[in-house]
Amino acid sequence: MLEITELVAGYGRSDVLHGVSLTVPEDGVVCVLGHNGAAKSTLLRAVLGLIRPSGGRVRLDGRDVTRLPAHRKVRAGLAYVPQGQQSFPQLTALENLRLVADGRGRDGAHALDEALDLFPALRELAGRRAGLLSGGQRQQLAIARALITRPRLLLLDEPTEGIQPSVVAEIQRTILELAGRGGLSVLLVEQHIDFALRAAQRYHVLEAGRITSTGEGGEAARDRVREALTV
Amino acid sequence: MTVILSQSFTGISIGAVLLLIALGLSLTFGQMGVINMAHGEFIMAGAYTVYVVQKSIDSAGTSLLISLPLAFLVAGAMGVLLEWLLIRRLYARPLDTLLVTWGVSLMLQQLARDIFGAPNVNAQAPSWLSGRITLVDGEHSLTLAHSRLFILGLAIAAVVALTLTLRRTSLGRRIRAVVQHRDLAEASGIATGRVDRITFFIGSGLAGLAGVALTLVGPIGPTMGTNIIIDAFLVIVVGGIGQLRGAVIAAFALGVLQAVMEYSTTVSVARVTVLVAIVAFLQWRPQGIYTLRTRSLA
Repeated sequence: MLEITELVAGYGRSDVLHGVSLTVPEDGVVCVLGHNGAAKSTLLRAVLGLIRPSGGRVRLDGRDVTRLPAHRKVRAGLAYVPQGQQSFPQLTALENLRLVADGRGRDGAHALDEALDLFPALRELAGRRAGLLSGGQRQQLAIARALITRPRLLLLDEPTEGIQPSVVAEIQRTILELAGRGGLSVLLVEQHIDFALRAAQRYHVLEAGRITSTGEGGEAARDRVREALTV
Repeated sequence: MTVILSQSFTGISIGAVLLLIALGLSLTFGQMGVINMAHGEFIMAGAYTVYVVQKSIDSAGTSLLISLPLAFLVAGAMGVLLEWLLIRRLYARPLDTLLVTWGVSLMLQQLARDIFGAPNVNAQAPSWLSGRITLVDGEHSLTLAHSRLFILGLAIAAVVALTLTLRRTSLGRRIRAVVQHRDLAEASGIATGRVDRITFFIGSGLAGLAGVALTLVGPIGPTMGTNIIIDAFLVIVVGGIGQLRGAVIAAFALGVLQAVMEYSTTVSVARVTVLVAIVAFLQWRPQGIYTLRTRSLA
């Protein structure tokens, strides 16, 4: 489904991602683990096209989409939930969702309803400005917004970072449920090792912009990953 | 009392012109953060549109009604061209944008001189706008010029139309989203470049409408936009960057203050007083009348 080959990207003239290669299979969940500053977010931003890669290739279903602008990649089936519970702060929660649903014609209203069913709390907060929501609520809003595009591949950047524990559990449950449904592949960037390995069939450890360790997911991989991250 | 009311009305009509100009700026400067020094020349383009239309249509009333949408389109198209050619390459470079658009402003002024000549020209106001309404008769009569009432109506209509577009339409949601978080908008499937161009079209088109309004109260000349654009920037800063409500209040407040001070002192003293009042206000409230209220700016 997604094939990343020797991807190089960075900011200005400094590359921070140095030739990363990985694949995400159809209906598969792949996680990328690493410390702060390992270039995990840069990887996702480069895959989506928010940063223009200076080298390498991104292929979606065999088609080269490396140079495609982000909004066209979204139309091609990618969706992105950025780090930090990002929203459009002056738009209401409902406007945040309608914004995406508007572009989907008749299916938009249906997709919006489905997203609200997934996070019922958002129904009650529909009229509140996103900037006034709590971190957990904003993260639910961000995931709902991404799902309205009916993606085939979801790019999740540290979805549980900086959120109160009660909501973390709910978000983790939702991600596992989504991944288990079929029809959706996930590239998950996480620092939360236990959750990431539980969700993913394959993991990659990223350090200073390079993949240093790769293996099968699952709880059995926990010690190997911890060791890789400690070195 | 009538004098104060009369001056207040004059101030409100000055504020209405400022508001029309500031509405366009509230999109391009207030919301997109682009300091477009050529915005004044879009006002000039709108005003010259009236002049050109009147050359081909004798009826001043018909030509004014035709000029309103036409000026919007002409100025809007100029804005889109400017955005596409230059500004989109300079979004993260405000100082470069300021200098480049200032250069464009000078070029457009010269172009107007080459086409229409250096001296100011006049557009004829329709007969139905040349009268006055007298509200209080007698020694202290209060009269309101039709042309100024028309400008006030035009400004109110523009505010209502812009507010409805931004609040109630899909396009408005997209514009606000791109303004608030460009990357997230792009990542949500919105073609941000296209939205930028549409926003610039609307903002510049509103400047064209302001140009039409100005032909009703003054002459048309190559520097007419430059003379008023700084006041419009002040309206946006005082109102609060990107805040439409703030722009409305600031435009009328500055207009009334200017008119009342002009009556009791001189034009120069009034001008200085307004600027001092703005400086004092911004010392007290640097963010302007209205500001963004969030738990997080993310």
